[in-house]
Amino acid sequence: MSQKKTDRREFLKRSAAVAGAVGLGAVKPALGQDHEHTPVAPEPGAFIRGSNEMTAYGSRSRFVDSVRIPHGGRESPDAFGLDFHIATPLQDSVGEITPSSLHYMGTTRGSFVPDIDPDEHRLMIHGMVDNPIVFSMEDLKRMPSVTRKHFIECAGNRSRSSHTTIQETHGMTSNAEWTGVLLSTVLKEAGVHADADWVVAEGVEEVKGASSIPMAKAMDDCLLCYGMNGEPVRPQQGFPLRLLAPGFEGIFNVKWLRRIKVVDEYYMTYNDFGHLTRDPVNAALGYQIGPKSVITYPSGGQQLPGPGFYEIGGLAWSGGGRVSRVEISTDGGRSWKDANIRGTAEPMAHTRFSFEWDWDGAECELQSRCIDEIGQIQPSRQQALDFWSTDGERATFVKGQDNSIQPWRVASDGGVHNAIS
Amino acid sequence: MRSAKQWTALKTLRTLLLVPILLVGVVSVQAQSPLYGVGRTPTDNEIRLWDIAIGPKGEELPVGNGSVDMGSELYLSKGCAGCHGTLGNGGIAPRLIKRDAGPNADPWDYGRVLPIRSPYATTVWDFINRAMPLGAEGTLTADEVYSLTAYLFFLNDVVEDGTELNEITLPQIQMPNRTNWEQVPDWLPGQPRLEGYPY
Repeated sequence: MSQKKTDRREFLKRSAAVAGAVGLGAVKPALGQDHEHTPVAPEPGAFIRGSNEMTAYGSRSRFVDSVRIPHGGRESPDAFGLDFHIATPLQDSVGEITPSSLHYMGTTRGSFVPDIDPDEHRLMIHGMVDNPIVFSMEDLKRMPSVTRKHFIECAGNRSRSSHTTIQETHGMTSNAEWTGVLLSTVLKEAGVHADADWVVAEGVEEVKGASSIPMAKAMDDCLLCYGMNGEPVRPQQGFPLRLLAPGFEGIFNVKWLRRIKVVDEYYMTYNDFGHLTRDPVNAALGYQIGPKSVITYPSGGQQLPGPGFYEIGGLAWSGGGRVSRVEISTDGGRSWKDANIRGTAEPMAHTRFSFEWDWDGAECELQSRCIDEIGQIQPSRQQALDFWSTDGERATFVKGQDNSIQPWRVASDGGVHNAIS
Repeated sequence: MRSAKQWTALKTLRTLLLVPILLVGVVSVQAQSPLYGVGRTPTDNEIRLWDIAIGPKGEELPVGNGSVDMGSELYLSKGCAGCHGTLGNGGIAPRLIKRDAGPNADPWDYGRVLPIRSPYATTVWDFINRAMPLGAEGTLTADEVYSLTAYLFFLNDVVEDGTELNEITLPQIQMPNRTNWEQVPDWLPGQPRLEGYPY
């Protein structure tokens, strides 16, 4: 941070303290946008009255109205109470964790959320194992556990020119702290046969969503999760048990998990059928989410009050491991500077970054770029489209998962707009 | 072709990397026995009831028998036509009959239509069995699923009219895309999605 910025921040802080101490109407703050009004809050009598409900289970302020929205042009819920895709309000996010109530949701084809009594739920491990096992939830909680932060992202999370907000462009990813048993722990307990190469993971919802997962992934870091952000996994996220396949496309993270079958070939389940392709390049890109980042503030639909200092903030993640660096461009990708990584970057987890920025009031374009620990670099949209273009045909669509850079255009009036064309 | 070289290099690299990992795996596998003793052994019946993911070999298929004729009746009586259209198209649910792509069509030109694009007949049986009809999933008998599968294959010229299918014959059906697709490559931790993508 430059000395100039440090001085100004100190001054701002001191002014705020003075204004607060002197009280209503005593002085007008020397800086900032809030010239006319120095309120004393709350108003007399304005308090949240205690109730048994609020004692038992807290709720957010009535002044906070951040909500999820249906995603992808299909209603959630629909007329039958089925949910399809629901996007998280990233524009309001701070820190790294998505609150469980705002975590994005996706279902295979539109699905009911099963209402499962955890006492009646079982997980079966069988197939090519020495000892098939059935676990109750109580059994699973006796097993050695881990707690890890991981993002999940829907493979269809892509920015389109028709999108105006980050909730539309990037809202199909979220990040939570997950607690459960490593899949490798129970697979070793069952004794996997040497020639087993795959597991099929299956849920209990009406479509019994199932995915084939390579044994190398199953043995590496897949998690059988019963905990999410310090409480039981929410029903929309798979209560009482979900699989987490860290860094893999969302559909592999099977919810309402009841069965792991160990097999010796790719099972081509209906979920797998969605990945069917005859392009080896497309097939190779079908598992792992690429390095990706997005600026959450300022982002599409937001309004900057005027020129001056802003902390640009955003999230970066990669299915390939930890985020090792994030770069920011304030000139449409011509020049790049390192952003600050906030906290400690964890593998396959949203990582918050920030960047101190003085906006001069001129129209400009903000971009962020993620580089992960295995050296993958988030491509520009141009680079991604170049890759998918052939001699004869210019690509207009990034095949598979689109991890390209999101540009936000800041207009001279402070309005922020999606700059994808 | 775009990146064919990259692809070959990647496959070679993955094979080289995979060999030592598999060797390590074999050693540890042989040492495995229950460590914690938590949970119980499922009964054969419990396993059979839940063992509904049908692999390409069809080992999980239940004993049963169905026909194109029965399937054409069930397609109407079970309400399939209501969502998928009387002839397998034009409904609100996914299309079930191939698009007209001319006499020497590549199977991929038929569109994203499960009963023609799927490399394995078992995938079609599996999906009808687990996920149809909408709102009454899991209510079809094995015979009904064999029949509906046979009918969809008939609609798409995969089988002749009058064909009957059972747990032995269904996995033997040669789908036009049986080998006409790319296997998802071996995955290894800490590897890029694809060398050289796209930077």
